[in-house]
Amino acid sequence: MVPTMLELKNVNKYFGGLHAVSDVSFRVEQGTIKAVIGPNGAGKTTLFNLIAGNLVPSAGTIIFQGREIQGMKPHRIAALGMARTFQNIKLFHGMTALDSVMVGRHVRSRAGFLAGMFHLPWTWREEREIRDRAMELLELLDIAGFADVEATSLAFGQQRSVEMARALAMEPKLLLLDEPAAGLNIYETAEVARLITRIRDMGITVLLVEHDMSLVMDISDEIVVLSFGEKIAEDVPAAIQNHPEVIRIYLGEDEEAVV
Amino acid sequence: MTADLFFQYLFAGITYGIMYAIVAIGFNIIYNTTGIINFAQGEFVMLGGMIAISLLHVMPLWLAIAGAVVLTMLVGALIEILFIRWLDNPSVLRMIIITIGLSILIREAALHVWGESIRSLPYFYGNEITTITLGPVRLSPQVLWVIGVCGVVVLLLSVFFKGTPLGREMRACAANRRAAILCGINARNMVTFSFMLSAGIGALAGCVMSPITYTQYDSGTPLAIKGFTVAILGGLGNSMGAVAAGILLGIIEAYSISFVPLAFQDAISITILLIILFVRPHGLFGSGETARLKEF
Amino acid sequence: MKYTKPRAILCLAGLVIAVQVLTRVTGTQYYLTQLTMAAYYALVVIGLTVLMGYAGQISIGHAGFFAIGGYLSAALTTHNLVLFADRPLVLLLDRIGILVRGQDIYGEHLITVAPWAACLLALVAAATIAFLLGIPVLKLKGHYLAMATLGFGTIIYRIALATDYFGEADGISEVPGFTLLPGIGPVPPLVVNGDFGNRVQNYYIAWGVLIIGMVLLLNLIDSRIGRALRSIHGSEEAAEAVGVDTARCKLQVFVLSAVYAALAGVLLTHYNGGLGPSEASVMKSVRYVALVAVGGMANLWGALVMGVGLTFLSLRGVFGSFDDAVFGAILILVMLFAPDGILGLQFHTLAARLKRFGAGGSHDA
Repeated sequence: MVPTMLELKNVNKYFGGLHAVSDVSFRVEQGTIKAVIGPNGAGKTTLFNLIAGNLVPSAGTIIFQGREIQGMKPHRIAALGMARTFQNIKLFHGMTALDSVMVGRHVRSRAGFLAGMFHLPWTWREEREIRDRAMELLELLDIAGFADVEATSLAFGQQRSVEMARALAMEPKLLLLDEPAAGLNIYETAEVARLITRIRDMGITVLLVEHDMSLVMDISDEIVVLSFGEKIAEDVPAAIQNHPEVIRIYLGEDEEAVV
Repeated sequence: MTADLFFQYLFAGITYGIMYAIVAIGFNIIYNTTGIINFAQGEFVMLGGMIAISLLHVMPLWLAIAGAVVLTMLVGALIEILFIRWLDNPSVLRMIIITIGLSILIREAALHVWGESIRSLPYFYGNEITTITLGPVRLSPQVLWVIGVCGVVVLLLSVFFKGTPLGREMRACAANRRAAILCGINARNMVTFSFMLSAGIGALAGCVMSPITYTQYDSGTPLAIKGFTVAILGGLGNSMGAVAAGILLGIIEAYSISFVPLAFQDAISITILLIILFVRPHGLFGSGETARLKEF
Repeated sequence: MKYTKPRAILCLAGLVIAVQVLTRVTGTQYYLTQLTMAAYYALVVIGLTVLMGYAGQISIGHAGFFAIGGYLSAALTTHNLVLFADRPLVLLLDRIGILVRGQDIYGEHLITVAPWAACLLALVAAATIAFLLGIPVLKLKGHYLAMATLGFGTIIYRIALATDYFGEADGISEVPGFTLLPGIGPVPPLVVNGDFGNRVQNYYIAWGVLIIGMVLLLNLIDSRIGRALRSIHGSEEAAEAVGVDTARCKLQVFVLSAVYAALAGVLLTHYNGGLGPSEASVMKSVRYVALVAVGGMANLWGALVMGVGLTFLSLRGVFGSFDDAVFGAILILVMLFAPDGILGLQFHTLAARLKRFGAGGSHDA
């Protein structure tokens, strides 16, 4: 049996009277790509924020590599080996692409305050390693040419790549991608699809939220469908495509939007 | 503590508290339309008092106060037009620093115009030894002026914001600036207007409190800190909350005299501010849910 | 940056020596006094730069930390413990060897705390207070953080002003010199004090401390923690997501900048032989913020140049009775027209901003 990377057990989240995530349970197996889909407002991003520690679940358990992580601070969860990207890209204003990716090495390095201030010799090697590794990732994502450019001034697609490189620099076990293809054209989307598969082949488990159906159907091993905060289906892509409830939701969405 | 003293402190506390509340309301008006905390708010209060004192040489008291309020409003408008209006989406840090700089400039200008001497307006009715007896307490009539002015200000503001088109436009800007602009509201003018209104209320507060607290070129900053404390206590943007919080702080301060040296009185209100910021940044009466949506 | 850092530091050291030689040649050694004081104030400014410019956390209370350093060191080394000589605490301190005995000018016996012990105590106190204050305060952002630190600064000011132990409005005077290193053989001792004959030595001590402080901070911002600090400024949420313990980082840098301020307070107090409550005033804190801002916020070299330069001019009395007003005006002008500091200002951006300013807000949204 494949070991479980992430498991959600009856996770709930209320915002005041709004039940944003309702009793959601599923597993993500190690080495797979799992996608969470659903119409707007289905609670996908809320779910991500619960997993990454930005929000605390109102009830339920989240288990990451055998440890309960609900209620932990995001940086602790990150240090355990979970990386994420954001739906509306969050880069560090004022930092170059290279520096941004180097920050991604934070959990994989250890020079502290005093070591930094006194520029202790052992930190020199660590710094070099951090820099080299960050450069490798920029090359992997084809943005090495922009290493010294301020990351927030890059083109949209390149900003996504910087964010992805930053996440990969953490050498995560699990990578959460929040709409990695949003705002990209079909060529770039195809590129992202290849990249995500490649990341999976590097041994990193991927959980993604995505709107682009073709991308999700192409690369996912399994899909979870959310609607109004509830899980309504979980299966392989081919089955999801023919799932009557899913079809109803996706076709019914327009109707609701009109109302 | 005798019952007499108890009531004496109580009323002193209420009086000071209401003065703080008026300063806090000034903070709230600008915060509501812009999201800016105007660190120069205390200087508006000082300016109001100082200008009225100067005008008193050439005109009767009520006219001097009206003049001071109008002139301070002009200063408020000028500040907004010169230093704030044309900035394109400035960061919070930038706004904080600019308004701090403004508070220093106003204070220094006041120092050069009026010098270091401590001044005050005369009592609006009678003099410092005139008292009226209200049950167990003897009060200066000025206290009633302070309470009355505060009541009128709160009442007029609520009528203004709820009942007049201009007030409703200002509230629209506060709720959603973009949407307000799309509806054809001139958001920039609303901001200018909120500075004027806030400066005017500050000046009015400066006038009514001047006979009691006196006015000096540097009396603004301590008042601003107290006013801010009250604004936070009451929940930023909430005028009724500010009045309640002001009275609470005033009473705490008044009674604190009996067990803490006078010099530490300011430290008490600041300590309360710090505690409230840590424990309930949305204020005693504010709602945590809405506060989370705001920028702290 | 990395490769020019040692060179820049050497240039600065060379400049420091050149200035001293120049004042000697031209007979203007009286400038050294203000240059020494300016160096200590600049120490506060560069510490605050790391907190404000790099980590993005405003503090309008750093004069408070300066005062904690200065006042504690001054009070401990000045107040006579003779009357308490038989108290257990004093005996204990004496046993550890951190008390010094002496005589005042009237021949009275004096027992005071040794300056180095007082200095250490002051720094530890400042660090502890910064730590305890920082835990809750640094959770706040923007206006709230500004007000909370302003409130802290005001409390320190009030305490200094109202406490007999700290001399109330008069402050503390006749603070003894601080012997950093005892004399060995022909080498004279290294003493921080205001003696006329010691002026050159003190100039070098102050600048030596400033340069060392500068090197440490330059190293820091180039390190792993420095990147983490900048990332917090850039996006706190993203910094957390890559594993940066933002609360801890902010707290550490807050304590560090407080220690810088306190150290400056200790040394300047021993140099001046005293200090008054105005050192703790809000205006001083605002001044430090102004100097950080005019230096370019995230620019240690800018902070150093502006911190020394403007403080020197201010101490020379160049701004006359407009001293505070000048700093207020600097704050506003820099934030309006050059929020990235005047050293990093490019002509066309300034021109564009001036044009917008000239247009008022007339081109409305």
